[in-house]
Amino acid sequence: MTFEAFMQNLMNGVSLGSLYAMIAIGYTMVYGILRLINFAHGDLVMLGAYWVFYGVAIFQLPWWVTFPIAILLTTLVGIIIERSAYKPLRNYPRINLFAAAVGVSFLLENLAIVIFGGRPKAFSRPGFLDSQIKIGNVTLVSYTLIIIVTAIILCALLIYIINRTKVGMAMRAISKDLETTSLMGININHIITIAFAIGSALAAAGGILWAVKFPQLNPLMGMAPGLKAFIAAVLGGIGNVWGAMIGGLLLGVVEIMLVALFPTMAGYRDAFAYAILILLLLFKPTGIMGEVQAEKV
Amino acid sequence: MAAKRNLYLTLVAITVVAILLWFAQENLNPYYQRILTLSAIYSMFAVTFNLIFGYTGQFSLGHAGFAAVGAYVTALLTMSPAQKVANFFLQPIVPFLRDVELPFLPALLIGGFVTVLVSLIVGVPALRLRGDYLAIATLGFSEIIRVLLVNLQPLTNGALGLKGIPSNTNLLYAWGMLGFCVFVCKRLVDSSYGRAMKSVRDDEVAAEALGVNLFKHKILAYIVSSFFAGIAGGLLANLISTIDPKVFYYTLAYQIVGITVMGGMGSLTGSIISASLYTIFLELLRPIESQINIGSLQIPGIPGMRMVIFSVLLLVVILFYRKGLMGDTEFTWDALFRFLRKPKGRNDQEGKVA
Amino acid sequence: MLDQSNIFVHLAAGHNSPRPKQFKKERIMKLSKLCLVACMMVLVAGLIAGCTTPQATTQAPAQGADQQPPETKPAEVVIGVYEPMTGAQAAGGAQTYQGIQLAAEQNKEVLGVPIKVVLVDNRSDKTESATAMTRLIQQEKAIVVIGSYGSSNSMAGGEVSEKAGIPVIGDSPTNPLVTEGKQFYFRVCFIDPFQGRVMAKYAKENGIQKVAIIKNISQDYSVGLSAFFRTSWKELYGSEDGIVAETSYQDGDQDFTAQLGAIKDADAIYAPGYYGDAALLMKQAREMGFTGLFMGSDAWEAPELGQIAGAAAEGAVISSHYSADAATSPDSKAFVDAFRAKFNETPNTFAALGYDAFNLALDAIKRANSFDPKAIRDAIAATKDYPGVTGSITINETGDAVKDAVILQVENGAFKYLTTVKP
Repeated sequence: MTFEAFMQNLMNGVSLGSLYAMIAIGYTMVYGILRLINFAHGDLVMLGAYWVFYGVAIFQLPWWVTFPIAILLTTLVGIIIERSAYKPLRNYPRINLFAAAVGVSFLLENLAIVIFGGRPKAFSRPGFLDSQIKIGNVTLVSYTLIIIVTAIILCALLIYIINRTKVGMAMRAISKDLETTSLMGININHIITIAFAIGSALAAAGGILWAVKFPQLNPLMGMAPGLKAFIAAVLGGIGNVWGAMIGGLLLGVVEIMLVALFPTMAGYRDAFAYAILILLLLFKPTGIMGEVQAEKV
Repeated sequence: MAAKRNLYLTLVAITVVAILLWFAQENLNPYYQRILTLSAIYSMFAVTFNLIFGYTGQFSLGHAGFAAVGAYVTALLTMSPAQKVANFFLQPIVPFLRDVELPFLPALLIGGFVTVLVSLIVGVPALRLRGDYLAIATLGFSEIIRVLLVNLQPLTNGALGLKGIPSNTNLLYAWGMLGFCVFVCKRLVDSSYGRAMKSVRDDEVAAEALGVNLFKHKILAYIVSSFFAGIAGGLLANLISTIDPKVFYYTLAYQIVGITVMGGMGSLTGSIISASLYTIFLELLRPIESQINIGSLQIPGIPGMRMVIFSVLLLVVILFYRKGLMGDTEFTWDALFRFLRKPKGRNDQEGKVA
Repeated sequence: MLDQSNIFVHLAAGHNSPRPKQFKKERIMKLSKLCLVACMMVLVAGLIAGCTTPQATTQAPAQGADQQPPETKPAEVVIGVYEPMTGAQAAGGAQTYQGIQLAAEQNKEVLGVPIKVVLVDNRSDKTESATAMTRLIQQEKAIVVIGSYGSSNSMAGGEVSEKAGIPVIGDSPTNPLVTEGKQFYFRVCFIDPFQGRVMAKYAKENGIQKVAIIKNISQDYSVGLSAFFRTSWKELYGSEDGIVAETSYQDGDQDFTAQLGAIKDADAIYAPGYYGDAALLMKQAREMGFTGLFMGSDAWEAPELGQIAGAAAEGAVISSHYSADAATSPDSKAFVDAFRAKFNETPNTFAALGYDAFNLALDAIKRANSFDPKAIRDAIAATKDYPGVTGSITINETGDAVKDAVILQVENGAFKYLTTVKP
């Protein structure tokens, strides 16, 4: 592989990986606080993209109006899901929460099929995201850079919130020990809702950028990114924001590079990706950045 | 006394149901037969998942992979050589697999054993992982299997799938296998192994401190679970007569989790009831999607409505019957008699006795 | 133990003693009682239904339709439709059903008996397809079935219909395996070996020297077409040297940059797959500086292809079954007009094939002059030069239609007719 080809693939990998990372951050945030694998997260990605589609196609709104509205609407849906489906189950075994997440995911997908229709829809990119940039022999479309930059900004913002604000401190407390935190006079419901809201907003932002990169919408479009982001989160150490970022980037680059290096073996790509994941978990059971937690007796 | 009575009752019930099944086999509308057979297959999935999760506490999401291995092995062993040659028209099948043809039952059992072997490859190392890490490792494992099925064309015919698998699965086979599976699982969970499994579920550290060999009990549950899941896969292949890797997408594992939680973690009875209700409800809801005529008013059917209503029902059960339909109780004759004696069902007394 | 057991068998292992329960026992008990009763009722009801209507199990048709001469007319004729209305292939299923709806609207009765069309969703899933077909035949008493978009769905349905002896007309399953070994499965479309050859021939005639194949390895349709294209290429060019790369992606993949990176020097990319994937692939290829030709297959044909891919799709060529532009016969013109009037869009291939499949079923019933599925089956098998809107249909000995293919090219986001290729 020439250096240019390598750089080209690397850029493509980083841009795909940044998308995974953005979605994975939301995953990991919810997981860190509730220990819930929120399988409906991928469907929030889908919702975010569809809101923009309807905003632009039907209401003819400019992108700088639709993007925030889409993120707000998705956040709202996320909060509703948390309040109605997850909150009542908080004190039950975690498998119930997981099943509820599966149920919510089924519901969102099927509702989307009924309401949005099963046919893939075209997503029109705002013009400024469409221009091509050439650096040497490496061709990039402007959205590639924007995705990477957005992912870094959001990640930094999130880390700031978690480490430097009161809400963030409360979140960290909840993730360490929910019951004790509630005894400290912290409104747990409030904090968990905020965590969900942030997670959903990130999912929506990820969904919009996903649709910018892959301008095709369908009701099941959230499944693949959702699963990939979940893997990325686990890879990085689920519950850890930096881990999710690193896991996402790593997964994106590995996926692209595997195919680029062995084009005829492209069909085996996912098998390799999962094999790497399983091996990593065997040697480092809590992921790349995961903390080793002492067992409570 | 009561023990003996219950044993007799059970034997009578088995005989009666066997006769009913045989009778249904001969006379029942094939549509109902198919639904009941599917119920039994999904019940097997749910029961086996319950064994590994509900009783042993190991969150394994590898069921789609288990089912896939069982299905492909059974299918390839039962198909006639001519049928296989016709199927593998893009890339010929490996000669060894082409020439082998076995009766259904041995093929099914071999399918189960092969599933166990394959599942051990990942199970032995992965069962050291805890909780969600085990879940993602097993989920990855089942996706690896699916990717291999897609790519290993000379073995599996890839995405083209297999067709013309003899449709051996019928009511008797399906419910018979389910009975066998439940029998084994019940014996297991009621034995000292079962108690050890439950202790692993409730607190691994405490169980280990008490001298329970964690790995041994986890792997035991895992083996039994994958064996019967493989058999259920084999039954599924020989029911629909045609399979391809898409049938065993990882979402199948989610469905199984949903069904099992709906029935109640730690209740085999619940798993069976829930799986049967799942299959039957999905069919009962079909008319919703077709056009409804009320007098001259026509309401056009909305495709997909059925699944929406179904997901709402699923959520309602999960949210409002939080222990599942059966909690962790099983059907017992004693409970039935109590039920019959007090049909209005205020069980205050019972609660005290328990 | 193996062949006689039931849901209660686990009791054999020894009755349980009641366990301590920390949760609301009453509610659970009540509920479990309800469930138990419900289950028993379902089982018993099923059995009673089975006992009282033993004729329902007879292999072939039933009720009314059974070997009745047309003089004693049944109250209605049920034509079953099983299509993927939800799931991954929902788009194709919906388009096909539009065509069927139009045909059903134009033909309210056959041989003087009202027609009832029953649509059953197969959710793009094999297990569901088999159940859907069983339902159509056993519950709805369909005497002929139309379906399904997606060869894998059709294969699952075919196993059921074959056993029940009900004829099925496939609208667009192009995999050769669908009708292979089946006496009751037919189709109004051509099959993939021909479609692959059509594109290889087009490449040869248009001076393509180097081609790269990108297939969806998890779709039977895509894998099959790629293989047939390769075979035909070898026949036409004498060697496979011109195929510079063959790589693949999977369902759910949306990033094809790595695959495209490997094939920059090709004159053309052949990517048989569904249009959503194809549109993204073309867009990414153009963004990466690929300037060659895109070649595709019938599953590309959807208005959304041009919308998603935009300028990238311009000039792409595909093989397909039908083009509204090439509609020359009065029938096909009337179809296009009626379709536009009803749905406010131009019919695509799948709508046209659904329309043809439905009308061929009616034609076969008329020719058989009977509602007996066997007679209808024979009539379908004997179809010769049936004037469908997608061209003249002749069913050959394997149950497949021998038809012309058309080559379409994307122009201003829409598919324009280029030429017709004879079989």
